Amino acid sequence: MAKSWEEINARIANGEAVVMTAEEFGDIAAEQGVSTAAKQVDVVTTGTFGPMCSSGAFLNFGHSDPPIKMGEITLNDVPASGGLAAVDTYLGATEPSNVRGIEYGGAHVIEDLLRGRAVRLRATGPGTDCYPRTEIDTWVTLEDLNQAYLFNPRNAYQNYAVAVNSGDRTLYTYLGTLLPRLANATYCSAGALSPLLNDPTYRTIGVGTRCFVAGAPGYVAWEGTQHNPHGDRDEHGVPIKPAGTLAVIADLKQADPEFFSAATFTRYGVSCFVGIGVPIPVLDEEIAATLALTDAQLTATVFDYGVQRRSRPALGTVTYAQLRSGQIEIDGVKVPTGPISSLPKARRVAEELKSWITRHRFTIAPPLQQLPQVGAQAFKPLEVRTEEAI
Amino acid sequence: MAKRRLDLTFPPRQATKPITYHLVKDFDLTPNILRAQIQPGQEGRMLLEVSGPREVIDQAVEFLEGEGVAVHAAASDICLDEQQCVVCGLCTAVCRPGALTLDQDSAELVFDKDKCVYCEACVVACPRRAITLTF
Ligand code: SF4
Ligand code: SF4
Repeated sequence: MAKSWEEINARIANGEAVVMTAEEFGDIAAEQGVSTAAKQVDVVTTGTFGPMCSSGAFLNFGHSDPPIKMGEITLNDVPASGGLAAVDTYLGATEPSNVRGIEYGGAHVIEDLLRGRAVRLRATGPGTDCYPRTEIDTWVTLEDLNQAYLFNPRNAYQNYAVAVNSGDRTLYTYLGTLLPRLANATYCSAGALSPLLNDPTYRTIGVGTRCFVAGAPGYVAWEGTQHNPHGDRDEHGVPIKPAGTLAVIADLKQADPEFFSAATFTRYGVSCFVGIGVPIPVLDEEIAATLALTDAQLTATVFDYGVQRRSRPALGTVTYAQLRSGQIEIDGVKVPTGPISSLPKARRVAEELKSWITRHRFTIAPPLQQLPQVGAQAFKPLEVRTEEAI
Repeated sequence: MAKRRLDLTFPPRQATKPITYHLVKDFDLTPNILRAQIQPGQEGRMLLEVSGPREVIDQAVEFLEGEGVAVHAAASDICLDEQQCVVCGLCTAVCRPGALTLDQDSAELVFDKDKCVYCEACVVACPRRAITLTF
């Protein structure tokens, strides 16, 4: 019954494709069996909306008269990179404001731009023969910019840790506030809706995959940073720890502030919630089997953040259904849970992507290049060493 | 007559009962305990509304501070800005009294104000700064 990418795209182009979200597909597969579901459905849409620190935007301001080669650049007092050509910059989401610290950062500037607000651009330059101006202080809007595109080096983590804290003081982490003595647990995945949990071996998701990025049509540009296919997997071949990641690109001008939200994690730093959705073609029963997995089957590993080392002790695994119930058990102790990744928003992403495909004939693209698979370069830590030790 | 809402933090070994007793007996105030979170051997928290003459309330506050109780003007309301909220659910992980929870089916945020003890944990935890206390 295998279907090809071309057949599915032809059905999308004719407005005939049957498209479902991963949750809906799981329900159909449970009722009618995986093989019937695989025959009926052409594309399954996924979605996630969680904090994704490794995000940011490339911006081009255009040239002033006289022109300037921008060196030190700030946008609403948030520093942006001056290490590119004269009026190009990369604004990183986690960069804190010089004035307001982590309460306002790069992500907030991007959200302000998306909301149509003017942003104060200030820059200094060395003053050269071709770029004589040494200072500029002006206001820009998203519309004014020549190019503005998100380039997020690491989004859509394939699974994530469940965080607890066995220590005796409260920890403020990128996984939220962790109360001492295992008083709470936080987790960060869309579970059954999560893009890479639905395609655990990166069969259909690769470089060139068309996807939903913060409300804009975008692409998977590359493997994400720290992409690591090697970790432990369950009997379905699905990772049970943080594993693969995606680098994505999309036009900021087409993005929607509903799917890009700046965030401040107290005593940790700035981040942003990004909505990412990837359409997955139901090519055959093999991929249908992983698309059909539900929160009751997908698991995550609990890590103790009370141990502040690179290798935190693992305290076992729990299912996403257990996490969503609001309580898990660790060594016989009942621990209340709270998510960091928004399920209602992840559902909105998957629904939105579904309507792109069914209403706007958004076609799907096979990978131009595969993401690194098991057996590729091992994931390496950073050693602290001196020059002599090399 | 004045009415004031006080947020009291007790050191771990301070018994809370005699405190309210003193407020009635020595100061002739009418204390109304709105919420209390007290566990043996741990720091306690109490939201108290006292009514009585203004100067007497001031004296009572001085007395409480002398007993090692930290006294702050208490929040009188808590606000959730739904425009800012992204329904991540992170606040539910720190709300011990269960005032903030997620609906089991829709995963939407449910806020039951009656269970709130004004501890501010959610205010600090919310990455969207969507929750504020007002005084
Ligand atoms: S932490 Fe803030 S943004 Fe997240 S659900 Fe609670 S109120 Fe909404
Ligand atoms: S202040 Fe926030 S965390 Fe504390 S009880 Fe009220 S709702 Fe819960």
